[in-house]
Order: sequence, then structure tokens, then C-alpha cells
Amino acid sequence: MSDTARLHLAIALDGAGWHPAAWREPHARPSELFTAGYWADLVRTAQDALADLVTIEDTFALQSSRFEGPDERTDQVRGRLDAELVAARLAPVTRGIGLVPVVTVTHTEPFHVSKALATLDHTSRGRAGWQVRVSAGASQAELFGRREFPSFAPPIDLDDPAIAPHVRETFEEAADAVEVVRRLWDSWEDDAEIRDVATSRFIDRDKVHHVDFEGAQFSVRGPSITPRPPQGQPVVTVLAHSTIPYELAAQAADVVFVTPHDDEGARQTLAEVRDAEVRVGRSGLPLQVWADLVVVLDTPEESGADRKARLDAATGEPWFTDAVVVAGSASVVADQIAAWHQLGYAGVRLRPATLPDDLTLVARDLAPELRRRGLTRPAYDADSLRGLLGLPTDVPNRYATAR
Amino acid sequence: MTTRKQIILGAYLGGVNHQTLWGLPESGSQIDFSSFEHTARTAERGKFDFFFLAEGLALRERGGKIFDQDIIGRPDTFTVLASLAAVTEHLGLAGTINATFNEPYELARQLASLDHLSGGRAAWNIVTSFDAFTGQNFRRGGFLDRSQRYERAAESLALVRELWDSWADDEVVADKASGQFVRSGDVGAFWHSGPQFDVRGRFTVPRSPQGQPVILQAGVSPQGRDFAAASSDAIFSPFTHLPEAKQYYADIKRRAVAFGRAPQDVKLLPSGSFVLGDTESEAQEKAIWVREQQVTPQTARVLLELVWNRDLSDLDPDGPLPSIEPDVAAPAFIQGRARLESDLQVWADRLRAVAAEKKLSAREVVIDQFTRAEFVGTAQQVADQIDEFVQDDGSDGFIVGSHLVPTGLDEFVDKVVPLLQERGSLRADYTGTTLRDNLGLPVPARVREPARV
Repeated sequence: MSDTARLHLAIALDGAGWHPAAWREPHARPSELFTAGYWADLVRTAQDALADLVTIEDTFALQSSRFEGPDERTDQVRGRLDAELVAARLAPVTRGIGLVPVVTVTHTEPFHVSKALATLDHTSRGRAGWQVRVSAGASQAELFGRREFPSFAPPIDLDDPAIAPHVRETFEEAADAVEVVRRLWDSWEDDAEIRDVATSRFIDRDKVHHVDFEGAQFSVRGPSITPRPPQGQPVVTVLAHSTIPYELAAQAADVVFVTPHDDEGARQTLAEVRDAEVRVGRSGLPLQVWADLVVVLDTPEESGADRKARLDAATGEPWFTDAVVVAGSASVVADQIAAWHQLGYAGVRLRPATLPDDLTLVARDLAPELRRRGLTRPAYDADSLRGLLGLPTDVPNRYATAR
Repeated sequence: MTTRKQIILGAYLGGVNHQTLWGLPESGSQIDFSSFEHTARTAERGKFDFFFLAEGLALRERGGKIFDQDIIGRPDTFTVLASLAAVTEHLGLAGTINATFNEPYELARQLASLDHLSGGRAAWNIVTSFDAFTGQNFRRGGFLDRSQRYERAAESLALVRELWDSWADDEVVADKASGQFVRSGDVGAFWHSGPQFDVRGRFTVPRSPQGQPVILQAGVSPQGRDFAAASSDAIFSPFTHLPEAKQYYADIKRRAVAFGRAPQDVKLLPSGSFVLGDTESEAQEKAIWVREQQVTPQTARVLLELVWNRDLSDLDPDGPLPSIEPDVAAPAFIQGRARLESDLQVWADRLRAVAAEKKLSAREVVIDQFTRAEFVGTAQQVADQIDEFVQDDGSDGFIVGSHLVPTGLDEFVDKVVPLLQERGSLRADYTGTTLRDNLGLPVPARVREPARV
């Protein structure tokens, strides 16, 4: 099976798992969520599953059961560490697997984001990626006190003149931020550092470039202070649920995570993403579309469905989220994954309902099942995340080629 | 038994300046993680208190062109420190982070995260910038007036500390049986309204192992001294000659006491490089050689251009200083490099006075004035110099580094550290788990203003 046809596997890490009651499970380690050892164990298990990458969830907002603004609940996980720094802490103690933290772009400086991810790529030796995320809500704007955002809640009506321009602008700004980050990654050519003792030149200044970006929300001159990352361009991903974010992904990302709920939805979503690519005039490789699945796997003692029911009972209500929740045996889940792969999905991002249990089950049962079917790779066989994903590993530098 | 003052040691990794000799065959990468890892592990082997990383947020330029003769390029400070947390166990991880081009919410979050991820080893060297040149890389541009920089730094630090204190120490209950994860429904709530920041909401990071990561600062002006004495745990002292150093030391400790702190709650740390030899004369010869490598004729010209603020390409560095006066009115000819003296005429006149007094050429003046303080001698002599300086209250320790990256520190750790340990001036092993423990600093009690949301 060729690289392009191979199915990619990501594990989405967040707190004690994606189910709100996950932290109360017998194997859960809720008092260790803010320690490096907990995260290192999780990523090593994902490595055992030969996952291409882990994503590490993040946002500036404290977790809440509400769409916008904090709640007063004390019965769910609250608090998180900066995901990019968690990834950096894991870089020296992991091998093979890609590290893809969420880094938000609305209230942050593209210059800092760019050098942080470039440095993660240096310290992980070419395994860095980025999940781009916006912060559209009013309560996050108040954390910074620099901008006032309107309050809104789903369903988001893009015809509502009080909301639509704000949402559009937030995503346009995100596209600008990714553009700046990418330009800064290229602002040093790979061979800019020459150390020419004879002429006393550490760099060839003709190979270090201002990026001179001017956009509606910011201007950035550059160059980066950080030399070009080993991958040239670390992998950029976006989680997207609707047209505007699909367009952001089509414009700016290598991989888009989407959330279809059934086969019909999976076909439709894929078509919508491809339409978005046409609309934004994407050139180069098509976007890799990966489907998000929450997994609740069978254990020898308890079926996935029973586990899901038990978790729901602990919170007192059935749990729904943006992605489909799949409960069952490794073989049943593999069937669904294989079917979506047939439709044209390049990968899946599994969100373990509970940590470490469902991740352990992915590594022990589901990942081997996918390998047995020849869907996923038998071993880490590339020395960069781009290489694992079948993306070109020798990325042309926009400034070198323009010269 | 007499108890000797324990020497605090920090290790800096040489980078963006003329002090680091990039042209030596044994000099290594300035960006590969292995260079940082080697230096940090070496420092930990020498029982150092912390590893220190400087920062500069724009590549330097000369006459509008990117500077090419010194090392340029460096990593993101937070990211490297978080990665170093994985390969060290006791070493403090100190980074310079700019309070002008970072917002307090994000800073507090990153520093508290680093503190959690390192088990209590994070430190912040707070600096500000009012530099419009650097501002071109950021959303807000060079928005800050020079006169406001202490105000911005002070309010930024105060707000960051409020955020660090927004979670109680025992806030995370995580009791599976009862189903209670956090103690309070308004966990992390904060509200701050001041001239620089007007913010509110919930902070996401639980109180970190040190409670408050360690704060480092530099401060020489009376305003800077007060700010540092009132609010920092350690201060970079610029004084490395004992008489001025003792005065500065006494002054800062006095100011700290006036702010209601114990004198030992604020540490003074000058930085210095070292050159070791088997004999004193060998060390002296090597030190001269190092200085000549650092200040090449070309480097001498550029450093004088910083003072004269004009193109001195035609200057003969072995001749006298420029006879022309500094161009004080022109935009900065050298961008992105701090001026050590804001009045260029005063600075130039001082260099001229030094040249006349010591009968030095232009290049020799640069060597005399721009060379970092250094310890030169045999290991025994350097150990003596360091120990005596500290025991005489010139400082509480030093931040040391080498002209050679990344292996320059090895020699210091192999030869000087054992001598300091023999004298009982440096720990034989780490005694605490956090940086605060190792520095002998108290954990600040949580200060909680009632949330007014």
C-alpha cells in the first residue's frame, strides 16, 4: 500500500479524557493532570499504538459546560497547562510520534507562536505540528482586555449581522496569523548560517528575510529570531465544523479534523471540504481530511456501550459532543474507520473517552487491528512528522525560490 | 562551626553578542537542542542553582541591513526551558521574557505551566522594551513610552502574581468518590483594573509547586533599584568590582528591608565569564587571546558605531577613536542592541577619556569597555576570587558562562566547582526540590483580594 493511501492515526489528548466523568474512573489519575509524568505516560502509550501524532487540547478559557463563559460547576475537570509547553516537555522523552499542541491565534502574537513552534520542531527534531484555534468569545477577550468581542451562543446564525462579521473577521485574522507564522518559518533559509571565519560572517544576510506582512489586524516585519525549523514547515492542522473554518483549513492547513456522525455525513463533509478548497483556490497537495471519533472500547469485563452508559450515569445525563461517539469492540470500530477511509478520509483522530483506559485499549486492541488489516503503518518509518504524513519533507522556501 | 555563605550559581549559554566565539572548531550549534541540553546537564552536574536564557525579539540591524558578523538567531525561551525540564531534575530554569510584548494572562499561564512541568523550577527575568524597532514584529508595535516602562513592568508583574494566586493551594480536590474535582465554583476568578491592564475572568492553571515562580530583574537607576528591591527574588548586579559591588549590595538589601522584606530574601547576582589555565600566566595569555577573538577589528568598528551612531566603515581600529562627534539626532544606526548609555555624547566622551588615560587605540578601548567581567587564573585562583567576592558581600553568587558554546562550562564544573565545594561554599548536592528551596527563598503566602466580578 502506498504512503498516500495509508490511513493516519492521531490521538487527541485532553485532561482525563473526553467524557466529563472520565476523571472518576478507577484508573484515572485526576490529581496528576498537571504533572509532566502523566502526560509522558499518555504519549508513550500513543507511541505504542504507533500513532502518527498526538494533539494536545488547549484554550485560554477555563473548561465550562456552557458554550461561552465559565460555569460554577465543581464536579468536572477544571484547569489545564499550556499545551505548547506540555509538548515541549514531552519532546526529549518521546520518539517517532508527532507532537501537535493547540495554539490559539486570536489574542496571541504570531511572532511568538511562530518561534515557539519552530523551537518545538528543533527540540523534538522534526516532530512538531500545530492545531490552529481561534478565541471568538467575549469572555476570552476580557482575559486580555485589549479588544471587545460580542457575546453569542449557538446556533450561530451567519446571517445575524451582530455576529457574522465578527466570526468572519476572527477567521480571516486566523488565516493571516497562519500566513505570518509560515512566512516567519521561511524567513531563514536552511543554509543561512555560514560561519565563514575568513570574512567574519556568521550568516549570509541575503538568506535571512524580512516578511513584511501587513494585514487588517496586525503587521509583522520579521525575520524570525529562530532559524528555520528542521521540517521547514511544521504540520498545520485545524479542527473544523462548518464552512468558514473549512475555508481556513483549505487556505492554511495541511490536515483538517472534521466531525461527521454517520456515513452520509462523512460523504457530505468531505464534499464540503473539497468545495472549500476550490473556493479558496488551494494549490499544491489537497487537504488531508481526518475524521474525529470519540472511542469507548470494549474491555474483557465490560462492553463499550455499558461503559458509556456507566459514565453517563455518573454525570446524570447522556453525553453528546461535537464528534460521533463510537462504543464497541476494536473490530467494530475498525470497520467504521475502514469504511470512512474508503470514502476518502486520510486519517482518523481518536478522542479517548477516558484516559488512560481508552488509550490503552487503542494501543492494545484497536491499533493492532488496524495494522492487521494493512490500513496503518507497521512501524515509525520516517524521521519527521511531515514524513509520517506523506507530506513533502523537502519544503521549498518561499524566499529562496523568489530570489 | 562557622557557616559560610553559600554561593548561588547560574549558568548562561552565550548567544547573540560578540562574546561568543562562533569560529572556533570546537564551537557548536546555537540552535540545536543538544547544545542547550549539554550546558544544562553540565550545570546540574556542578550543582548550579539555575540555567539562564537571554532573549531579544528582533534580529539586530546595522544601517538597515541584518547584522551578519556575530551570532544571530535563538530559540523561543519558554519552549527550550520546558524541553530542558525533561533532561534535568534539580536545575532551575530561568528565562528572560519581555513584559512589553507579552500580555500578563499568557505570561502567567506559561510560567505557571513551566513551573508545574518542571516540578517547581521556573524563574522569570522580567524585562521591558520601549523599542519601536522591536515593536515592528508585534501587533501593538512600539506602543510603550520609555517613561512608562517601569509602570508597565510593575503592573504586569503584579497582575501575573494575582493570577498565580487565583487558585488556592488546595483547590484541586479530585475526589473520585464524592465527585468533587475543585473546591470552589468560582475557581481561578480574577479581576484587575489599572492604568495598563483592565482584565477579568478565570485563570486556567492551578497554583504551581513554587506558589510563585522566582522573579529576576536588573535595576541600576534609583527607580529600577526600588522596583527590584521591592518585588524580585534575585537581581542581576552590574557591578563586578568589589567596592562598587559592596555598595550596591548594601543599598539593595537596605531598600528591601525598607519594603518590609528580609535582606536574604533578595539575592544579588552579577554575571561573568571565566578563563582558566594551568598557570596564572597561561590563563592571562589565553584571556588576551579570547578578547582579541571577540573584538575583531570589524567588531570594534561596529561597537563604536553603536556609540557614534554613524557608519565608521573607514575607521582604522588600530588608530585613535573617531574625531567626529556622535550623531545624536539620527535614527539608530545599530538597531536591536541595547545602548549601555542613553546619552551618546556622554558615552563617547567617556571612551575618549579612557583612551587618553590608558593610551589605547580604538580597538583597545572597545576591548577595555565592552568586555564582560571575567575571572582569569588557575582554578584555585578563580575559586578564590568567586568565594571572596561572595563572602565579602560583593554578591550572593554569580551567573557564569563561557565564550565557547556548548562545552565551555565543562571546565568550570570539573575544576572550579570541586574547590568551592571543598571550602564549604557550594553545596555537595541539592537539598531541596524546587528552585526556591535551593535558593533559600521562602514560598510566598497566597495573597487573595476578594474577587469583584
